[in-house]
Amino acid sequence: MSDTTHKLTVKDLKSDQEARWCPGCGDHAVMNAIQRALIELDIPKENFVFVSGIGCSSRFPYYMDTYGFHGIHGRASAIASGVKIANPELSVWQITGDGDALAIGGNHFIHTIRRNVDINIILFNNQIYGLTKGQYSPTSYKGFVTKTSPYGTVEEPFHPGELVIGAQGKFFARTIDSNVKLSTEIYIQAGKHKGTSVVEVLQNCVIYNDKIYSYLTDKDEKENRQLILHHNEPMIFGKDSDKGIILKDNKLKVVKIGENEITKDDLLVHNAKEINPGIHLMLANMQYPDYPVALGIIRNVDGETYDYDVNHQMEEIRAKSDINCIDDLLNSGNTWEL
Amino acid sequence: MNKKTEVVERDEMVIRFSGDSGDGMQLTGTLFSNTAALFGNYMSTFPDYPSEIRAPSGTVGGVSGFQVHVGHSEVKTPGDLADVLVSMNPAALKANAKWVKQGGVIILDVDNFDEKGIKKAGYDSNPIGKEFLDSFIVVEAPITSLTKEALKDIELDRKSILRTKNMFALGMVYWLFGKSLDYTENFFKEKFRKKPMVIEANRKVLKAGYYYAETIEALCPYNVSRAKIEKGIYRNINGNNAIAWGVLAAAEKAGLNVYVGSYPITPATGILEDVALRRDLGAITFQAEDEIAGICTTIGASFAGKLGVTTTSGPGLALKSEAIGLAVITELPIVIINVQRGGPSTGLPTKTEQADLWQVLYGRHGECPVVVIAASTPSNCFKYAFEAAKIALEHMTPVILMSDGFLANGTEPWRIPKMADYPDIKPPIVKEGRKDWQPYARDVERLARTWALPGTRGLEHRIGGLEKDALNGNVSHDPENHEKMIKIRDEKVERVVNYIPDLEVEGDEENDLLVVGWGGTYGHLITAVNELREEGKKVSLAHFNYIRPLPKNTGDVFRKFKKIVVCELNLGQFANYLRMKYQEFKFNQYNKIQGLPFTVIELKKNINKILEDK
Repeated sequence: MSDTTHKLTVKDLKSDQEARWCPGCGDHAVMNAIQRALIELDIPKENFVFVSGIGCSSRFPYYMDTYGFHGIHGRASAIASGVKIANPELSVWQITGDGDALAIGGNHFIHTIRRNVDINIILFNNQIYGLTKGQYSPTSYKGFVTKTSPYGTVEEPFHPGELVIGAQGKFFARTIDSNVKLSTEIYIQAGKHKGTSVVEVLQNCVIYNDKIYSYLTDKDEKENRQLILHHNEPMIFGKDSDKGIILKDNKLKVVKIGENEITKDDLLVHNAKEINPGIHLMLANMQYPDYPVALGIIRNVDGETYDYDVNHQMEEIRAKSDINCIDDLLNSGNTWEL
Repeated sequence: MNKKTEVVERDEMVIRFSGDSGDGMQLTGTLFSNTAALFGNYMSTFPDYPSEIRAPSGTVGGVSGFQVHVGHSEVKTPGDLADVLVSMNPAALKANAKWVKQGGVIILDVDNFDEKGIKKAGYDSNPIGKEFLDSFIVVEAPITSLTKEALKDIELDRKSILRTKNMFALGMVYWLFGKSLDYTENFFKEKFRKKPMVIEANRKVLKAGYYYAETIEALCPYNVSRAKIEKGIYRNINGNNAIAWGVLAAAEKAGLNVYVGSYPITPATGILEDVALRRDLGAITFQAEDEIAGICTTIGASFAGKLGVTTTSGPGLALKSEAIGLAVITELPIVIINVQRGGPSTGLPTKTEQADLWQVLYGRHGECPVVVIAASTPSNCFKYAFEAAKIALEHMTPVILMSDGFLANGTEPWRIPKMADYPDIKPPIVKEGRKDWQPYARDVERLARTWALPGTRGLEHRIGGLEKDALNGNVSHDPENHEKMIKIRDEKVERVVNYIPDLEVEGDEENDLLVVGWGGTYGHLITAVNELREEGKKVSLAHFNYIRPLPKNTGDVFRKFKKIVVCELNLGQFANYLRMKYQEFKFNQYNKIQGLPFTVIELKKNINKILEDK
């Protein structure tokens, strides 16, 4: 039960273990934003559970003074699903990376989303394997040179948003590690969403993939290259708020307000609650330089959750069954007396 | 109409039903065995079916069989050879003739012994009348045509009519054994409540078969009279069903709910199915996307306070290995059930074997000890599933329970226990408000750590796959701490020995030869040993249910015998395990690895050989 006399603070959430990520690693900022978000959720500390797999980001649970489970590579979605289904009262957060969730754990990732288990998956995407010291990941762009691809990769990357929506995902958001304010807002919404929430964090690895997102964080250009989505608001971006997105010939198109008689009213208005995922998919797939990269909550629709349904089904069946204990069970059906 | 034939009294008899995998032989066998059990016979069954759901019809590969052993005296195996074989087609005869006793009865559906059927079975010409059948009483029954005849006034399609022909065969066997048709008729009444035509058709055909058997000259009836069975309420149970109920019973005694995370795999699937029915007892089943998710969700559910169970067979256990390591290092109480089948790889999925023992004991990276238990009869799967869960919960360790295809599908009557006679289970769950609590502090007797469930205020802590500090559970790379933790986890499993019963010897405690077995071979081994003892041989049996740790008195038991022979359905895995643990003894071996249970005949022959060896 919640201790109503004490409001949770960020300090309450820090464990006695010192975070051992590299200085300058984006993970520090992500943890900061998550802690800020948690204290806004009005959930008692003992109900938070952080579950992770393997990788740099997966050390996260050790640094939180909540319940935590550092699992094995790729399996965090499965462990987190088990925790949530066992006790739906808990607020379960999965910390995972691009390798953990999309390579070795790809199967669990898509099935957890399909089932809509009410957990929050924070996917740290740095397009590199950091903990093993620099090999390409399933999100590395084609041609990326690493220790295991000295001549460049010859495979196309996954786009996490596309996978999430393809697996019938109901909540997908994207943020960038350095934008703590935006991230905090997103984590709050992810925490409130009932069902699997996936937040892709574009995260910088200072050692093995530094500046992979600098095109997006560049001080002078970031407004021109990021589209921050807000539900019910038109899709405007650019330093002078003079650019926007329209739908033309079934495709998204970047336009300049004022050119070709385009006005603000012509722009698409973001509807994260739209059940049809068509526009959400197009937004999630926008790539620089043809498009700005979409940040914010791209998709946020309601749906039934596995953990609620299975426990609800149990209550319904319990209420009408004649079998209330093991003795009832053993003596049910075909028996005879000798 | 009644012919005057004498009823032959028999102490026990074995009946084998065989036909195409679509002929309903499993149902026929089940109905017969339930009828016999209800009458008050001892009974043991063995289904033997191909891995294809419907292999090409009429071929030997598609033959499905079901053997039932009924007795006035106690029967502990489904029997080696059949007294009566029913073969619905030539392929069924070809696959099963070798399993019939000399002088036994073979009932054939001659309608299927046409040129096509004979060819499909791989016979050069019609086997009926051939020399190899001379030593049997062959009953050539036109089962298909008499079934059609019996239903000529019933408005049913041809396919549905042909589907009832197994009831004709069953009717014949009921007459042969003087059994009542009531149970079977009631079964159809229940099952096809909304299809009165189907009920009527099955009833008619069953009776037609019964009267047909009464009419023909070839058969004389047998009687296996009621057994003297301990008073009580009974039911039939197979090993999978018993395991499902055993873990549910353990959860009740522990005040917890069951969570089963599994991926369907033959022959373990029935456990998942049986628990899935029990939402009314608070059980959650999760059909995972793969074996790994099966165990990993189970570990998560266990962390959150459920009795976590995952069920599988050999190939699936291999996939779970890494996660078992996670459960070992996090010291969570999960139960892993391995229903063994023929391996390696896909192997013989529907057949039985005991060749996963080393995988269960050693098939993981690092020093990774778990408790290993093996059930030994279909019905004691209940007791050992209960026991596996009890040890897991009270000692905070993963436990692997071994079953096999023979136990999983075999049925026997089971005297229903009362839960009041089972002990309470006391998992070391920590309550809110406990001062100075440490996640890896242990009780001094068992070395079990405590279990703090998420949601409990003030006990927030982290666990995981990295090595733990021996007290607070924080990540530790300290060399001495690692060695200490390795030893603690090992010692914790070894100390379970203080909580398990001693090894029992059946027969004299001091003797010429000790037959040693483990797991699902018990019925065959005890039958062979008892028969040898009746013949004056100085043989005893020690059968193991606790594999790791082994019972404390194991060495003392071995010491009192001149010779030891370890019998198992593999190349000698348990024998080698014993050699490692007890180097002072010589272990002879008898092994079989054909995907089949032992037969009592071959066991006696080989045990005799070892007795005679100088």
